[in-house]
Amino acid sequence: MATLDAKIPAGPIKDKWTKHKNDINLVAPANKRLIDIIVVGTGLAGGSAAASLAEMGYNVKSFCFQDSPRRAHSIAAQGGINAAKNYQNDGDSIYRLFYDTVKGGDYRSREANVYRLAEVSSNIIDQCVAQGVPFARDYGGLLDNRSFGGVLVSRTFYAKGQTGQQLLLGAYSAMNRQIGKGKIKMYNRHEMLELVKVDGKARGIVARNLVTGAIESHSAHAVVVASGGYGNVFFLSTNAMRSNTTAAWRIHKKGAYFANPCYTQIHPTCIPRSGDYQSKLTLMSESLRNDGRIWVPKNMEDVEAIRAGKLKPVKIAEENRDYYLERRYPAFGNLVPRDVASRAAKERCDAGYGVNTTGEAVYLDFGSAIKRYGKEKAIVTGEANASEARIVELGEGVIEDKYGNLFQMYEKITDDNPYKTPMQIYPAVHYTMGGIWVDYNLMTTVPGCYAAGEANFSDHGANRLGASALMQGLADGYFVLPYTIGDYLADDIRTGEIPTDTAEFTEAEDTAKARISKLVGNNGTKSVDHFHKRLGKIMWDKVGMARNEKHLKEAIAEIREVREDFHKNVLVPGEAMEFNPELEKALRVEDFLELGELFACDALERTESCGGHFREESVELDGPQKGEAKRDDKNFAYVSAWEWTGDPGKPTLHKEELEFNDIELKQRSYK
Amino acid sequence: MKLTLKVWRQKSANDKGKIETYPIDNISGHMSFLEMMDVLNEQLIAEGKIPVSFDHDCREGICGMCSMHINGEPHGPDRGVTTCQLHMRKFKDGDTIYIEPFRAKGFPIIKDLVVDRSAFDRIQHAGGFVSVNTSGNTQDANALPIPKADADTAFDAATCIGCGACVASCKNASAMLFVSAKVSQFSLLPQGKVEAKRRVLKMVDQMDKEGFGNCTNTGACEVECPKGISLENIARMNREYLKASVSSTE
Repeated sequence: MATLDAKIPAGPIKDKWTKHKNDINLVAPANKRLIDIIVVGTGLAGGSAAASLAEMGYNVKSFCFQDSPRRAHSIAAQGGINAAKNYQNDGDSIYRLFYDTVKGGDYRSREANVYRLAEVSSNIIDQCVAQGVPFARDYGGLLDNRSFGGVLVSRTFYAKGQTGQQLLLGAYSAMNRQIGKGKIKMYNRHEMLELVKVDGKARGIVARNLVTGAIESHSAHAVVVASGGYGNVFFLSTNAMRSNTTAAWRIHKKGAYFANPCYTQIHPTCIPRSGDYQSKLTLMSESLRNDGRIWVPKNMEDVEAIRAGKLKPVKIAEENRDYYLERRYPAFGNLVPRDVASRAAKERCDAGYGVNTTGEAVYLDFGSAIKRYGKEKAIVTGEANASEARIVELGEGVIEDKYGNLFQMYEKITDDNPYKTPMQIYPAVHYTMGGIWVDYNLMTTVPGCYAAGEANFSDHGANRLGASALMQGLADGYFVLPYTIGDYLADDIRTGEIPTDTAEFTEAEDTAKARISKLVGNNGTKSVDHFHKRLGKIMWDKVGMARNEKHLKEAIAEIREVREDFHKNVLVPGEAMEFNPELEKALRVEDFLELGELFACDALERTESCGGHFREESVELDGPQKGEAKRDDKNFAYVSAWEWTGDPGKPTLHKEELEFNDIELKQRSYK
Repeated sequence: MKLTLKVWRQKSANDKGKIETYPIDNISGHMSFLEMMDVLNEQLIAEGKIPVSFDHDCREGICGMCSMHINGEPHGPDRGVTTCQLHMRKFKDGDTIYIEPFRAKGFPIIKDLVVDRSAFDRIQHAGGFVSVNTSGNTQDANALPIPKADADTAFDAATCIGCGACVASCKNASAMLFVSAKVSQFSLLPQGKVEAKRRVLKMVDQMDKEGFGNCTNTGACEVECPKGISLENIARMNREYLKASVSSTE
């Protein structure tokens, strides 16, 4: 059995990474070409890792289930990427980014990893600019910044509302250069179904060619899984429809521990659901909280009039609005971290103040910002006596420059004009901080198997700050993994190519084929989506924004029932050896049905509240923090790393105790 | 609303396809077009039929995976949106909707509405990058000021999502809008200048090899582009290409 050694280098935190890089083994340039590396996933982490490893000379085999690496879901990230550049001269530093991230994560992340992340953050911006990523600039031609939740500095770099797209296209272009040179062999429309271990080491994968249905073996000296998060276990989330846990879950079943599965980020500003046909939820970037103010009516009669369609929100007077974030958290106001903002919205809606027909929506209002910007602009344009209407016109122009594409997206989806009436928003599942357990080198508990980006667990603790996901994905792929993987591969320079005609590969292929023929031949009565939606509803109702022992126990039993029903009654039309999207979904949902149970078990075991994990049994009972989530550092300052035992409901828990030497553990206050 | 769907069905690349007719009911105006397709597929599965294959992923208009020719237009009748962001409120009760795959020689059909757009990737392999390795010692990002106007225009070109609507809308199946967007992004930025000549020659060469047609300035691509990529990019690419053709030493 693998042991939980995080392999954190000794020494002061600011020297750990430099010292580690100096100490670890290297692979000579001439030997790198004798080594193959498989990278699963082509988002920011996988794409940047594949490109960097190929540049160094390794032979990379890259896999994605989409038709092109450019479509990975990192592309949808809107708001920005953090870096401790201190271009704004507002006192930012590596330490402050490190501190904000550990605090924002509610003291449940690994200090050494977070410090390294902050340390390489500046390099990421430099690298991306060198690649031609068109970040937003000011009139002096220098890079512009904006502010995100949970921090008091402006350190977020952005490209309008399409930062993820521009960064991913940067990584994709770096990949393209290597694909053109033959150093990356790209496998589009392929989905990893099994990890292959030889003598205990990760030596390859089995993947399904999604066009032909063929089951293929691919070998390598190391396997990197960068397959993203598992938010779609909730069915409805801001993830892409086909984002899934399969690659991560399959390595878990082969011995990689799964850490903190219950740490899920529920993003506060998403477009509320409109009906049962809903297939996914759309995020409205957190950057909107720079200018938007969140409120619900103070009086119940206004709420009722709005729901009945008799009252428009703009008609409600200022004094009859409850700007509840500004009221509860005066220091951070509308820019509190995501977990805090989401719970506050839920609290108001649970109390009956939700503003749409489902009772699940609050307002995000740009009225004050439009007036404020309009007045500022009128001074610049020399219109001292501008009318109210002119000021609004000027202000709307400023807002359009900043958030035009987001406002357009909102209007397309809801048919409401957010310049004229406040947006309606509600929290939705967005990101999973939990993931595959990795050590300081990003290696899982399976030797030679690595996890990077959202697929791993280490940097965001129990809550991720805005604009930190892009930072972590690129840090792992450009600046961490390319160094640390060499330490392991240094022993493999004489191994030679790994053959795939061995018992280990055949056995893994047989497992995949057996699963597929069982699903295709099941002849059930209900579609895959039927089961996925049932799972999602259990997860949202009982393992969602607020959790308690009773509901979690019910959830575990109910997920088991759905899983059994799935195996008996799922209907997968079509055949195994063809392009078959229903079969793809069935394989993914089968894995979600196991992960869901582990997720609930983890939430049940952790009886404290921390970050995105809120246990109703653990709140502050009095004092200035009354009603806020209560962490329990004495009993829970550890990472829960779960080992697969064959039964998703009976995993074995391993604990990695978290040590905080450079940051004092404190109540996280944003008041 | 109640609709009649006329959908292209084709079992595989080598199969001869045909239009099938499916009536569908209880469609809400708030549904996206792909959610309507989900409803259709659930209905087909319940009837013991094979659901319609179509490409999709993010469903928020940015990944570029979804395609579909809807009533003769790539991504359907609305402007500035992909199929996943097209909402059913753009249709009326009783409408008949024709749904076909993107059609172009460069985009062979895989199944039903799914086409192979890997030709786009190959064009990018030919030169859609700045040749810079990952390095911990890149110069500071602000050591290279870029005029805001140039950065903004480069950004506008860079927002192309690679969906292929430009090709599908063009009577010549030309990929000039797609290729020119990448060429423009890098030709406008100082980082891309060094390789500008080589890039435009190689990308255009690959574009021709993939069987895409030439531009005859009909402008359909700009109209149908869900991201509003401007025809000016094609003009810029033509200038770059001409310059490179007469002065390249390679």
